[in-house]
Amino acid sequence: MKNMGRRGFMGKAFGGVAGVGAVAALYAMKKSWDPLPSVKASGFTTLDMSAYKENTLVVEKWRGKPIFVLKYTPAMIAQMNSAQKPRIITIGSASYLVAIGLCTHLGCIPGYKKKEESFLCACHGGTYDLVGNVTKAPPPRALDIPPFKINGNTLVLGEAGPEYKQMKENGITL
Amino acid sequence: MAHFTKATSVKDWLNQRLAIEKVEKVMASEYWIPKNINFLWAMGMILVITFVLLLVSGIFLLMYYQPNVDLAFDSVNYTIMSEVGFGWLWRNIHGVAASVVFLIIYIHMFTGIYYGSYKKGREMIWISGMFLFIAFSAEAFSGYMLPWGQMSYWAGMVITNLFSGGSLHADGLVEWIRGDYVPAQAFLTRFFMLHVLLIPVAIMGLIALHFAALRIPHVNNQDGEEIDFDVESKKYLAGDKVGSKVIRFANDFMSKDMMVVGFYLVFFFYLVFYHYGFAMDPVNFDPADGLKTPTHIYPEWYFLWSYEILRPFSTNIGLMAFAFAQVIFMGLPFLDRSPNAIPASRRGLFKYWFWAMLVNMITLTAMGKLPPEGIFSSIGFYAALSFILLWIALPIITILEKKA
Repeated sequence: MKNMGRRGFMGKAFGGVAGVGAVAALYAMKKSWDPLPSVKASGFTTLDMSAYKENTLVVEKWRGKPIFVLKYTPAMIAQMNSAQKPRIITIGSASYLVAIGLCTHLGCIPGYKKKEESFLCACHGGTYDLVGNVTKAPPPRALDIPPFKINGNTLVLGEAGPEYKQMKENGITL
Repeated sequence: MAHFTKATSVKDWLNQRLAIEKVEKVMASEYWIPKNINFLWAMGMILVITFVLLLVSGIFLLMYYQPNVDLAFDSVNYTIMSEVGFGWLWRNIHGVAASVVFLIIYIHMFTGIYYGSYKKGREMIWISGMFLFIAFSAEAFSGYMLPWGQMSYWAGMVITNLFSGGSLHADGLVEWIRGDYVPAQAFLTRFFMLHVLLIPVAIMGLIALHFAALRIPHVNNQDGEEIDFDVESKKYLAGDKVGSKVIRFANDFMSKDMMVVGFYLVFFFYLVFYHYGFAMDPVNFDPADGLKTPTHIYPEWYFLWSYEILRPFSTNIGLMAFAFAQVIFMGLPFLDRSPNAIPASRRGLFKYWFWAMLVNMITLTAMGKLPPEGIFSSIGFYAALSFILLWIALPIITILEKKA
């Protein structure tokens, strides 16, 4: 400080004030680009799970994303192995696949093949089995399961219930 | 205050206040261009003209376009295309120019690579040019979102997903960029802003930098000859126009430049009137639908080479290869270790490197368009691998190069 001229000091003082202002402005700009509260508030979808038919894929919508809902037949459950079973969502006595219908590779929507009981993504040829596990690359991981909470006969998407939290802990989904 | 005298003419009046004669000399009549150049040196002016075409047609499109997810598609495909008088003309010019500008940019780039116009004081020209390439890419992508058709939506989805960084799963970042969980209203409006304001302003600033970077080292020539512009311009001004190695930028050089521009414009407007379909993907004439992916998602032709570098690898390696491809051209002046700033044909192994790189990028472009199956998939994979290997080889082969 001793050797600093008055102009040098004024320059540094200005730099300090401007620096604080610049950081504050950047913060405001960052927040302006955030999803709006109204966008976030509409991020919950409630599904009535009693309405689905067995082995018929229904595509619901949650946060603008397609959600695959597939009610399994008893025969499907019977042939599942230990890698497939943890992905089942059970509500009452029925079992379901509930997953985000976007290929984990680059976000295309895979199609369901009823006869083969599997999903095929047409973009880059990835395939998934009936629980959403990858059976052919390039997808890096199984179809994501959205945060869900079982509420009687309904399923609330966007809210993390104990069943979802457990799946997440076990690495079943991201 | 400077001393002003009573003006003898309008020109003198302006001269005293704005020094217009001096400006004209500095910018045009005494800005010196080598004589030893060919038509490839006209690409810069062609790019300027194409940018002006984009700007003017864009202004007219902007008057009727509606950046709203419910209205955007019809405002383009109905209002502009069939209601607005000559609306189709502005759209065709805008679409065709957006595609052709990349063809010219690639020619401009490869001309620079061939003649070594990124070396010996011309590094900033190359670097500012690469920033322009990035800005034009962002401009093209943001513009592609605006008609809000199926390709707009799904290209927006796939490209913004790249920012999740593969296994990093930065989904928060992706949602931040979109302003929503998926491309929706917030996404459309912010890309509209980027397309019509922020990126064009950046482009104009970068063009100014690109031109400024040219002033001190001057334009390169066909032999990479180091010209003493002071000596040669004095020779020219003294009357030895034949002996001098340089000519005035305007009107001498410009007259030939505009001749090439003339041929280009004939070709350009032929495309605008008779062959505009290549610039408008048929899939994008379906309105955006977040619950239906088109069977094949592919970018416009000018992004295919980098898309093909992404595609044949697993997600993480693909992303790294893609990121490498996006930035590596920036490093060319420093990866080329040879001191020779001469045409590639006289530069030993670099001659083969140049043609190998050109063929490689054309191959990547072709494979990027084809479905990733069988033999095409393998060709694409090896071409992507060759791209990376060529860049690794560049410093080695240029160190080995003998001084010419």
